[in-house]
Amino acid sequence: MRSFQKRFSEFTARGVHIAAISVDSVEINRGHAQKMGFTFPLLSDAGAGVIRRYDVLHRGAGPKNNDIARPAEFYVDANGTVQWVNLTENIAVRARPEQALSAIDATKAGRRD
Amino acid sequence: MKRKWNWPIWVGFVVAMGGLFSYEFFAQFPITRDFPWANLLLFGIGAALLLVGLFRAFGRPQLYRGKVFGSSFAAVSLFLFAFFAYEIFYVLRQVPLSAQAPRVGEKAPEFSLPDQNGKQVALTDLLSPNGAVLIFYRGHW
Repeated sequence: MRSFQKRFSEFTARGVHIAAISVDSVEINRGHAQKMGFTFPLLSDAGAGVIRRYDVLHRGAGPKNNDIARPAEFYVDANGTVQWVNLTENIAVRARPEQALSAIDATKAGRRD
Repeated sequence: MKRKWNWPIWVGFVVAMGGLFSYEFFAQFPITRDFPWANLLLFGIGAALLLVGLFRAFGRPQLYRGKVFGSSFAAVSLFLFAFFAYEIFYVLRQVPLSAQAPRVGEKAPEFSLPDQNGKQVALTDLLSPNGAVLIFYRGHW
């Protein structure tokens, strides 16, 4: 997420928002956003309802064996259609911003054709 | 005759410990996080030094110390490495399949959730003008 923050302006220049979703509370997210300097929204899905709906729940993987989100990244276009999905097979390996940016650019190019 | 200090055992042990405990540091950077080569390198250097120390201790015991503590340090280092390898190459790969996750071409499920300031943000708010990148993450602890 820090790498996405670093290249945040490139997403803004393309008219694309970034939002991060976890089970963390609003209070934890406020502190985390301040500490890390995140300028995009950190959304609190404390009950994991949205995380379940996206089928990205990782049961019992939290610090107190609670259910949390697995790492996953999506690019959703202006019509609400998913254009890019990244489901890692290794918790330590996350999407890089350049992957998302090239998916955004490919979507834009596809629309023009 | 007083036997010599067998420094490779000590240095090797410290370096091997560093291989484990530096994980949090190296995990900050994608290049050392995607594959933990920096940690594996430290473990490798530690193992090489420990081996040198053990060869000295067992090969020329009249000259070098460290048969007992050298073996103990090597065993502890091996255990730490086994733990690290188990975490990195097994535990981190236990990710759910997410077979029902929205696929390319499907509609992303609508949602509305509070942001860090308590303000409700809906997916539809994020989509204009050119869509949104959604990052699901494990959380902060």
